[in-house]
This record gives sequence, structure tokens and C-alpha cells, in this order.
Amino acid sequence: MPRYLSIVHIDESTAPAQGPSEELMRRMGELIEEVTKAGVMLETAGLTPAAQGTTVRWQGGNLSVTDGPFTESKEVIGGYAIMQCKDKAEAIEWSKRFVKVHEDYWTVSCEVREIAEA
Amino acid sequence: MEPQPTPARPDSPDCAAAHAIETVFRLESPRVVAGVARIVRDVGIAEELTQDALVAALERWSRDGVPDNPGAWLMATARHRAVDLIRRRETYARKLAEIGRDLETIAPPEEPADPEDIDDDLLRLVFTTCHPVLSPQARTALTLRLVGGLSTAEIARAYLVPEPTVAQRIVRAKRTLATRNVAFEVPYGPDREARLGSVLDVIYLIFNEGYAATAGDDLLRPGLVEDALRLARVLSALMPKEPEVHGLTALLEFQASRTAARTASDGTPVLLERQNRRRWNRRLIARGIRALDRAGATAPGAPGPYALQAAIAACHAHAYRYEDTDWRTIATLYGLLAVAAPSPVVELNRAVAVAMADGPAEGLRLVDALAAEPVLRDYHLLPSVRGDLLARLGRVAEAREEFVRAAGLARNEQERELLLRRAADPSSPGRSS
Repeated sequence: MPRYLSIVHIDESTAPAQGPSEELMRRMGELIEEVTKAGVMLETAGLTPAAQGTTVRWQGGNLSVTDGPFTESKEVIGGYAIMQCKDKAEAIEWSKRFVKVHEDYWTVSCEVREIAEA
Repeated sequence: MEPQPTPARPDSPDCAAAHAIETVFRLESPRVVAGVARIVRDVGIAEELTQDALVAALERWSRDGVPDNPGAWLMATARHRAVDLIRRRETYARKLAEIGRDLETIAPPEEPADPEDIDDDLLRLVFTTCHPVLSPQARTALTLRLVGGLSTAEIARAYLVPEPTVAQRIVRAKRTLATRNVAFEVPYGPDREARLGSVLDVIYLIFNEGYAATAGDDLLRPGLVEDALRLARVLSALMPKEPEVHGLTALLEFQASRTAARTASDGTPVLLERQNRRRWNRRLIARGIRALDRAGATAPGAPGPYALQAAIAACHAHAYRYEDTDWRTIATLYGLLAVAAPSPVVELNRAVAVAMADGPAEGLRLVDALAAEPVLRDYHLLPSVRGDLLARLGRVAEAREEFVRAAGLARNEQERELLLRRAADPSSPGRSS
């Protein structure tokens, strides 16, 4: 069964400064439990704010290390999930359920990519 | 009569919608079947009602879109159909009268039922489809169908049997459960342990069908390995406190980790000793170790047969080269397994491990003790192991005799050739176990 990486993109400007609401955390917890019990979820986590990240880049033979994606980047990666599903339609269905637990003021999207297996 | 939805043309938006609905249905159907079965106490009727709900969903959802909580929608619809059915079918009236009354007084919940309840229902479903009144074949087919959410066609393809055969097997299994009045329940006390054994065995059977079968189109068989792994993971989540559930999951993860290394490019099997261990899947090994840890954490000190076999597999997984294998620990684990689940085959494996740890003479002593076992009389590995130990002790003529005998018993052509080669030159390497 193929594995899928669901990359969670969020618009940090729509995310509440104090972090996700308790209600969202509860619904998210329930959903993650459901996906785990369906035997699908292999690994998932949210990420700390992009400003606290660091980018290590190799370009034109030069190595650079810079803090964060810069503020002008509107959408950042907010989390990920690795799921083992029968097909892509199933991975998409679980990702739909993931974005739907968010409140309306969020802008959040999941990029579903199949992991190339050796 | 149900209005039948018209089939969508390929590539039309309808087709995409139908595909999405199918996916949702596959995800939700085991829990809906389980929830309805608790009401009607018959998995066959429960499945029919769930199918009816799907037909209604196809019609409604392709028009109005998939609802926010499709699982709850399907469950409520299937429950309504249960009430209708009870009212309509007079033949069921007597049997279901009591349930019907209950249903009329208890309104079907609009909100999804308590997740704990759904879990219990799903467990009941697993224990029912794996019930010992059914033949092992029927148990595997019914479990894949109702718990795994596979279609009859998918099961038929996996087992290389005609679809009507699988369909019939499932129909008969459902009828048997109904006529034998099998309770829709998770048993408690000593019953539970015995029945859990059957549940785990069914998952292991499904796994082995995909893993050990050499016949047929081997491209399709890995599906069964994956389905068994998924069932094991589902069961681990449903019964987190049962160590053997984690033990079985660990065993399956370890065994699946070797898949790529088990066959050469021409499809011939590669013995454990000769496998390229860099091709073992480290991700699955890591999952196996985690599951084994959970088994140990839930039952410190008393591992069951599946956990012990998983621990043996873990020893092999930890050895990056065959020469690094910790035979001492493996011999000890086989000793424990011989107590937990005694069998001549386990004894034979223990003899091999002891021979590796303590030398061929010690191993031979154990093998000779097995010579009279009727179960092993036609088992080619007994003379094969004995021949190997004799060869290592320099008793070449006796070794040759054993290899010839083993070759005569081997069913697999590849194995027979290997044994005949060894008979010709008993001191050449190539133990077959």
C-alpha cells in the first residue's frame, strides 16, 4: 500500500497568535485518534512557527544558512502527516477531514503527495 | 424497491464524485456494519442494510455533496433501514420483534455515537467474523470483506479463486453465523483469550497467504500482506492492552520488512542466511521494534507465542550480517516458545539455534529426539537439518543419506535441487531453514 505525505500549508496571518483554540485541539485529537485506529496514520505532527525555523541552502556552489522563511512568505508549512492508504482518493479523504476540523477563519491546505517507494 | 442510481460515465464529474463516495464508503463501512449488527444481531443483514445505505448515499451525495459527517449519515440511514426492514419482513418478525420495539422507543441518534461504542462494535464485528464455527477460509474471507472493507472481487483476485466462489463462501459464512446463533459480542474471561487467539490466527493466515504463497501472480499477493498489517494495526488500536495483539503486529512488521530480500530477480526464494540485509526495510523493522516494546510493556515477563516469534525475528533484524546473529538469545527464545506453544516444528527450530550457539553435537542430540515425531515424518526439513548437522560433524556418508531423503520429501522444486546439490557434496554450505 502506498504511503502519502500530506503537507499542511497554513496562512500564518489567519492563525490566532495564541495558537490553536482548545476546541480545535480537541477535534484534531479525535480525528488523529480515528485515523490511527483506522490503521492508516504512520506519523503526524504540527510544526513550531516558521520564523523559528532555519533554512540551509545550497545554490551555485554556495552554502547559506538563514533563519526562518521570511515574513513575505504568506503560506508556510504548519505540519505534516504520513499515511498508508489503499489509494490517493483515501489519502485525500483523510486530508479533507483534517482541514475541515479548523474554524472558518483559518486558511489551511493539504498538499497530498505519494512517497516514491524503492 | 430502491431507486438505482444510473452509472456515471468515465471521466465525467459524476464519476469523480462516485469515486469519492466509494472511498468514504470503504472507510466507513466496517463501522456502519458493526453498529447495525449490534442492533439486528446478524452480520449478514447488517451488511445488506449498509449496502442499502450506500445506494441511498450515491443518489443523495452525488446531488447534494458529501455531508460533513458521512459516517454518522450512513449509520443513521442504515439504522432507519433496519427499522423499515423489521417492519416489512414478516419472516423476521418473531426473531426481531424485541429489537424492533427497542428501536421504536430509542430514536436513532443524529450525532455520531460515542467513539468508545463504535470501537466496541468494531471489536464485536472482528470477534464475530473470526468465530471458530467458521472454517479458516470462511473466517479470512468474511474478515477481509466486513472488517477490511474489500470487495468480493478484490478478495477473489488476492486468493486466485473465481469471484462466485468467494461470494458463495461469504454468503455461507453469514448463514452459518445466523443459524448457529453466534452472539455478536466480545467474550470475557478465559473465553476471551481463546477467541482472541482465533482472531490473531485469522490475521496471520491472511498475512501468510500473501507472504508465503509462491503460486500465481505474485504482483497481486502483496495486497494481502498489507491488508493483514492494516488489520493488525487496527486491532492494536482497538485492544491496546492485549500484549499478543502487539506481538502479532510486531511479527508481521518484521516479516514484511524482509519482503524485497526474500526472492532473487528471477523469482527464486533466497534463504535467510543468504539475504541481502541492506534490502530489509528499516522503516518496518523500526515499527516492529516499537510494537514489540508495547507487547513487553503490557505484559512484562510473560510473552505469548506471537511476541516470542516477533522477538526471534527482532534478533535477526538486529544482526546486520548473518554472522552477527545472536544464536544464544534465539535458542533461549525458542526454548520459551517450546513451552508457550509446544510443537515439533518449534523444537526443530530450537535445535538449529542450539546447534549454532552450542555446536552441531548439541543440536543433533535435540534433532534425534524428534526422529519419532509422526508430525515430522514427511517434513523435509527434519532430514535436511539432520544432514547439515552431520556434515558439520564430518559424518559425510550419513549426511549424504539424509540429504537424499530430504530431497525426496521436498515439495518445492528449488528446494529439491538445493538438497540434491548438498547430497552430492555434503560439506558445501547452504543450510535450508
